[in-house]
Amino acid sequence: MNRHMIPLGVFAALLLLFWVGLGLNPNIIPSPLIGKEAPKFELPELHNQQETVSNEMLKGQVTVFNVFASWCISCRAEHHHLLDLQRKGVYLIGLNYKDERRHALGYLSQLGGDPYAKIAFDYKGDIGIEWGVYGTPETFVIDKKGIVRHKHTGPLYREVIENELLPLIRKLEQEV
Amino acid sequence: MRIFLSLFMMFGLILSSTAHAIKAGEPLEFKDADQEELYNKMLYELRCTVCQNESIAGSRAELANDLRANLYRMITEEGADQGQIKKFMVDRYGEFVLYRPTFSPANYLLWAGPFALLVLGVIILLINVRSRNKINNKSNLTAEEADLLAGYLDSKKEKE
Repeated sequence: MNRHMIPLGVFAALLLLFWVGLGLNPNIIPSPLIGKEAPKFELPELHNQQETVSNEMLKGQVTVFNVFASWCISCRAEHHHLLDLQRKGVYLIGLNYKDERRHALGYLSQLGGDPYAKIAFDYKGDIGIEWGVYGTPETFVIDKKGIVRHKHTGPLYREVIENELLPLIRKLEQEV
Repeated sequence: MRIFLSLFMMFGLILSSTAHAIKAGEPLEFKDADQEELYNKMLYELRCTVCQNESIAGSRAELANDLRANLYRMITEEGADQGQIKKFMVDRYGEFVLYRPTFSPANYLLWAGPFALLVLGVIILLINVRSRNKINNKSNLTAEEADLLAGYLDSKKEKE
């Protein structure tokens, strides 16, 4: 009796392994930035070239840092969610990644407005590399001290916002 | 005409030096053979995170162009060595960018797993073989029965 339980046990273990393993999305690379200070940067602002946007702006409040570009199709899909977040009082900083200024401005006006408090204009894509950007759109949640606490790769959708993003933002807002 | 030509060349030089992307297989200039070797080696060690089953050596993704340019700059301008380059990439993209995972606690299972399974397999095999041998050697015959059997076998041999 005992002997016959062994293959059954092995089978159950394999089943569990596959169940978990095949459920993972191989395109999602865990970010090494989680728990670390947001990468330093200093870039011109998209609307106003004279102005600079830097990592210092990520401190002092809970910030959603969103990487987008006008050439990025799925960014279009999540844009109304970002506008929605702004309406809910979320502080958003944008990183316009490897884009042309006029294209980015056209994109924002075409999609119903600019949800970002400030937009850093990363024409060369250097700052994107600093943040480990590999698939726009990417969204980071940064706490009041400027520490990266969460990353979502790919477009935001309602479940992610309601089940992950907003609860985390509310929680981080309670922190000193 | 000459002025035009030199202007044209200068412009070309400026363009090439500020070019911020390096296409796959693009010929590049290095100070020495060591730098070139390091560059070519690292191309195959680093994964293109957009197209995950490709190294940045052959990838045509935009990001791979940028990463190649970054690698080139680190080697030629900063004189970075292999460790520094890997650290730069891992700090930003995570250990996933390395095609050869490091031998760190998180990867012990990955590296040692196959060998552990092999050892386990050998142990199970040995146990099985031993228990089988025990069954074969076990004899239920009494001394008389054994004698009888031996005699029978001998007589059979003589007949042949």
